[in-house]
Amino acid sequence: MQEKHSIVVTAINKPGVLARISSLITQRGYNIENVIGTATEDPNIYKLNFGIRGTDEQIEKIVKQLNKLIDVIKVEDISHKKNFIIREYLVIKVRATNSKRTDIFELIDVFRAKILDVSKTWITIELSGPPRKISRFIELLLPFGIQQYIRSGEIALRE
Amino acid sequence: MEKEITGAKIVIDAFRNEGVDRIFGYPGGAVIPIFDELYNATDIKVILTRHEQGAVHAADGYARSTGKVGVVIVTSGPGATNTITGIATAKMDSVPLIVISGQVKTGLIGSDSFQETDMVGLTRPITKHNYLVNHIEELPHILKEAFYIARTGRPGPVAIDIPVDISVAKLKDYKYPDSVNLPGYKPVYEGNVKQIKKAADEISKAERPLLYIGGGIVMSNAHQEVRELAKRTNIPVVSTLMGLGSFESNHKLFLGMPGMHGTYAANHALMECDLLIAVGVRFDDRVTGNLKTFATKATVIHIDIDPAEIGKNVKVHIPIVGDAKKVLTKLIEYVKPRQRSNWNDNVEAWKREYPLKYNQKEKREILPQYVIDSLNGIVPEDTIIVTDVGQHQMWAAQYYKYKYPKTLLTSGGLGTMGYGLPAAIGAAIGNPDKTVILISGDGSIQMNIQELATAHLNCVNVKILIMNNAYLGMVRQWQDLFWDRRYSSTCLKRNINCPDVCDGSHKKCPEYYCPDFIKLADSYYIKGYRVENPDDVVPTLKEIVSFKGPALVEFAVHREENVFPMVPAGKSLNEILVDDWR
Ligand SMILES: Cc1ncc(C[n+]2csc(CCOP(=O)(O)OP(=O)(O)O)c2C)c(N)n1
Repeated sequence: MQEKHSIVVTAINKPGVLARISSLITQRGYNIENVIGTATEDPNIYKLNFGIRGTDEQIEKIVKQLNKLIDVIKVEDISHKKNFIIREYLVIKVRATNSKRTDIFELIDVFRAKILDVSKTWITIELSGPPRKISRFIELLLPFGIQQYIRSGEIALRE
Repeated sequence: MEKEITGAKIVIDAFRNEGVDRIFGYPGGAVIPIFDELYNATDIKVILTRHEQGAVHAADGYARSTGKVGVVIVTSGPGATNTITGIATAKMDSVPLIVISGQVKTGLIGSDSFQETDMVGLTRPITKHNYLVNHIEELPHILKEAFYIARTGRPGPVAIDIPVDISVAKLKDYKYPDSVNLPGYKPVYEGNVKQIKKAADEISKAERPLLYIGGGIVMSNAHQEVRELAKRTNIPVVSTLMGLGSFESNHKLFLGMPGMHGTYAANHALMECDLLIAVGVRFDDRVTGNLKTFATKATVIHIDIDPAEIGKNVKVHIPIVGDAKKVLTKLIEYVKPRQRSNWNDNVEAWKREYPLKYNQKEKREILPQYVIDSLNGIVPEDTIIVTDVGQHQMWAAQYYKYKYPKTLLTSGGLGTMGYGLPAAIGAAIGNPDKTVILISGDGSIQMNIQELATAHLNCVNVKILIMNNAYLGMVRQWQDLFWDRRYSSTCLKRNINCPDVCDGSHKKCPEYYCPDFIKLADSYYIKGYRVENPDDVVPTLKEIVSFKGPALVEFAVHREENVFPMVPAGKSLNEILVDDWR
């Protein structure tokens, strides 16, 4: 079954490392659906979290190919693993006319989201949390009218 | 070492430390400083080819035939882009190369300056690893790493892009590093003993075991071990194109090459075996045919140094990651001797009933198979056979009897026409005492024909055999068998006076062939022969191997000879056409 998989790559922080990883994935016929990459507590080590869609078998092959990259130290498919804290960040701009405002405030309260900016017709909100919580929040805001939003994509840390 | 040293000098010093004494290259503005250093380095010989693609294939032929790393130096921009086909060829066949390209000055990178090209971006998918040198301080380590990466694990090409200002920059307190620090690169050589024991167990239980060997055997020098394992256990052997020579072609246990143009016996053995011991192979689609029906009755043991190859195309029951030589040595320890069985009788019967065959007798035209078959017994035993790509390549695989590894050099993975001539030159330079026979087609030879100059000027012992069928034969064969003889763009005689549509039977076929290969050879000071009569094949072959130095022989061969057996693309291996059925 084709499913979205979350992959965490640990690599040497060298120029071009992201290009190497991403070009290998596209070269093998897959699309990166989300990606976030940055140096870590050790400036020489780079961590990349990304999502790709495929069967377990396909993803296993991609993981093996990634492991072949000289600068890649470790690759983990964390999709089926429990011992990871996975978080995502969202900024969303929602239509908020007077009549709807309190309903939105209520949602913000329930989700412990934060207001970044308010205008006559729009509210800009930020929220971080597990990806499912983010999706749910967006879903509930949908009826109010979303002008735009951006999701960071997952980041994961071993418990 | 001197206290202060230039980038170019560091490169030369790395060569010396890594045991490089031959370099293939072509200069230009961005690498003048490196070539300038080579000018005085009498211990490192530079072979100037006539095209950068030729330089890379030559280094590739040198590397495949000697087991050493092949080294190439080219300039930036067009020099760099001309290496792409050669690098991709080497990558597909796991050949260790170092390709050094010059680059524009660091300060100009990214500004579309003259002869600037993103070499690191271009070569990313076709190298094992690549580098752009940003600071001279990095250069010694990059060079050390590059050689290490190229030759260890599963070998492959490594590209290093060196900006010209770094070649002239100076480094203080230089010392060539004696170790590498690559936390992400740790090839596994020793196979897991438990798995090896399991494999030995399966071998003793199997009724119809089959050894399926490939290029990995050549690469890890495991031919002795394969031979011993096969002989101890009486297991029949099939070898991929890349593995030919690892096992004696005329051995009783040897069934030939499997796959699209493999033997009936090899293909049927793959379909019928109950245990497949795959070593140093990658289950390429040219071998397996339809994957759904491939070796379905077999338990599969796969031994390979590259974990990503295991399970890539075929489900594997006993994976063993490791170096073929090391794993086989262990496996031989654990495996019990096995007696010959019905299975041996069966496969040998297939071999007898469906041999490779051609019929030269009573034919006025030369058959290419006959030319290649005639080499057996005429050329010295340790001759290196090099091929281009097409029908002649398959006949070279089928009809020449290989005895030793590294005696067949051919572009297997990428199938690069034009590989042959420069690769043969590289092989001859690496093996000055051996005879090198290039088996080429009239199409392929023209793809790097300029290297005739390199062959002559270096007086290499390369005998160029051109099977001239005046067609792009292999493509014409597909058109013949599957496209209703619509010979679109495959006739090499075709000129502007030809009718729009011609399936080869037209009366007004141009008489002459362009170019005249004999005149061409002559203009490169190479002795040329044209052979049109079957009776002249053997005498001519005998003559050309009797002297040292290059020779070119053009054989006017039967134009529409097809390669058989053939498993049409995507079909199962038992849907093999042993013969022209029409
Ligand atoms: C660079 C390149 N271009 C095109 C092809 C496709 N191709 C495969 S075999 C072949 C014909 C080769 O003709 P020739 O060298 O005359 O050999 P023959 O098949 O006639 O023996 C072609 C065009 C290729 N393999 N490589």
